[in-house]
Amino acid sequence: MSLTITLATTRRILAQLRHDRRTLGLLIGVPSLLMILLRYVMDRPQAFDRYGPILLGVFPFIVMFIVTSIGTLRERTSGTLERLMTMPLGKLDLLVGYALAFGVTALVQAGVVGVIALTWLGLDLQGPVWTLFLVTLLDALLGMALGLFASAFARTEFQAVQFMPAFVLPQVLLAGLFVPRGQMSAVLQWVADVMPLAYAVEAMRELTWHRSVTGTLARDVAVISGCALLALVLGAATLRRRTD
Amino acid sequence: MMSYAVEVDGLRVARGGREVVHDLTFSVPRGSVVGLLGPSGCGKTTLMRSVVGVQIVASGTVTVLGHPAGSRQLRRRVGYATQNPAVYADLSVRENLRYFASVLGAPRGDADRVIEEVGLGGARDRVAANLSGGQLHRASLAIALLGAPELLVLDEPTVGLDPVLRGELWGLFHELAARGTTLLVSSHVMDEAARCERLLLMREGELLADDTPDALRTRTGAQDLEEAFLHIIQGHEVAA
Ligand SMILES: Nc1ncnc2c1ncn2[C@@H]1O[C@H](COP(=O)(O)OP(=O)(O)OP(=O)(O)O)[C@@H](O)[C@H]1O
Ligand SMILES: [Mg+2]
Repeated sequence: MSLTITLATTRRILAQLRHDRRTLGLLIGVPSLLMILLRYVMDRPQAFDRYGPILLGVFPFIVMFIVTSIGTLRERTSGTLERLMTMPLGKLDLLVGYALAFGVTALVQAGVVGVIALTWLGLDLQGPVWTLFLVTLLDALLGMALGLFASAFARTEFQAVQFMPAFVLPQVLLAGLFVPRGQMSAVLQWVADVMPLAYAVEAMRELTWHRSVTGTLARDVAVISGCALLALVLGAATLRRRTD
Repeated sequence: MMSYAVEVDGLRVARGGREVVHDLTFSVPRGSVVGLLGPSGCGKTTLMRSVVGVQIVASGTVTVLGHPAGSRQLRRRVGYATQNPAVYADLSVRENLRYFASVLGAPRGDADRVIEEVGLGGARDRVAANLSGGQLHRASLAIALLGAPELLVLDEPTVGLDPVLRGELWGLFHELAARGTTLLVSSHVMDEAARCERLLLMREGELLADDTPDALRTRTGAQDLEEAFLHIIQGHEVAA
């Protein structure tokens, strides 16, 4: 692994985002708008305190999943990945390069959405702000890693886009968006237990509701990190130097 | 041992469940410009992919600069320009080259040097998506030139270019060869074939000829290379 190559990759991805102003606008604007919409649809501060954290946990994941799965699919189909694979770039350089670039993006996104939610929308954050950013970051990295992994199974951008609802919506449902997890059948609860996104949502709840760092939050953070790491390893395995 | 930049021995490649390269054996001398020609679909790209080491091969060996193709040691020493331009469409020409230059650890200023070499000085700040087809091809070619590799594998690098630009690029290729670079260049254009020191002629995954342009003309008694190629390709058909 080489720091120079990793950082060059991060710079390159950020430059790509910078050239694509509209995507950048959507990355920040869409979650902000949805948050505002949620607040006024709920129309009761208690309900918003309940569902707001779920959205905070889901956005970074979804957004990074989409951006990475399309981005890496483009690298595969445009031939730039093949080109990089003939060069002294390690798989880890590419992965960490992506992780840094999208990690920064996710933090900016969380910053804007968080400020809007905590000030204007009056979301009541009990825990320390750094936990919010930590969970957001890990959550984004998880989305990124799974997106990278999923992109290996898509041959076209049409397919890649379909993976988003396939990977994300079941997780959102099981994470307790509409029905609290406690009210689900035992089987569904068991399935929910192995869904990484559920832990991200739970972590967001813990940190909005509790003043101190709870044991549950610590466990959630560990689980999300573990899953992100595992997904990254799986994603790395899909990057091949030689192809058919 | 080091007089050949590329040594291919008994290479077989299967793609899509079908063998598309059958038992190829040839060598490319160091410091030469070797042309790879043959009808569309005959396996030129597949062969070049095997030389740069991104192709899964069924059997045989490909040795590049003394190492197995695709070895770690070769990643700075071999430049490859794919048939379809491989650049980031949403970055400018210069941003593309700067990125690949840092990946290769090429010296500062190398990006600007290769931009000039392919004649893209006037378009350096344009986003790749807004380049013309020929400009895009040249941007992709420029990436292969970064870091002054010892072997250049160029898959139809001059397609879609006007005769003046083609002439300039071939001038560049010969200049590079004069400095010791080896070039393996595929092409469909006969006046380009005439500018190569050696020619590899393929048909349906087999090598029909590996010779100098002059020898090919003499052997077939043809006036020009185009006629010589038709002769060899059709002659083979009769024999088969
Ligand atoms: N990805 C692939 N999967 C399956 N078969 C492939 C693939 N790519 C190429 N082939 C087949 O392999 C054979 C050789 O293809 P190749 O691209 O090497 O030809 P080529 O000589 O470069 O042609 P052209 O001059 O048109 O670029 C062809 O029959 C082609 O159909
Ligand atoms: Mg080809």
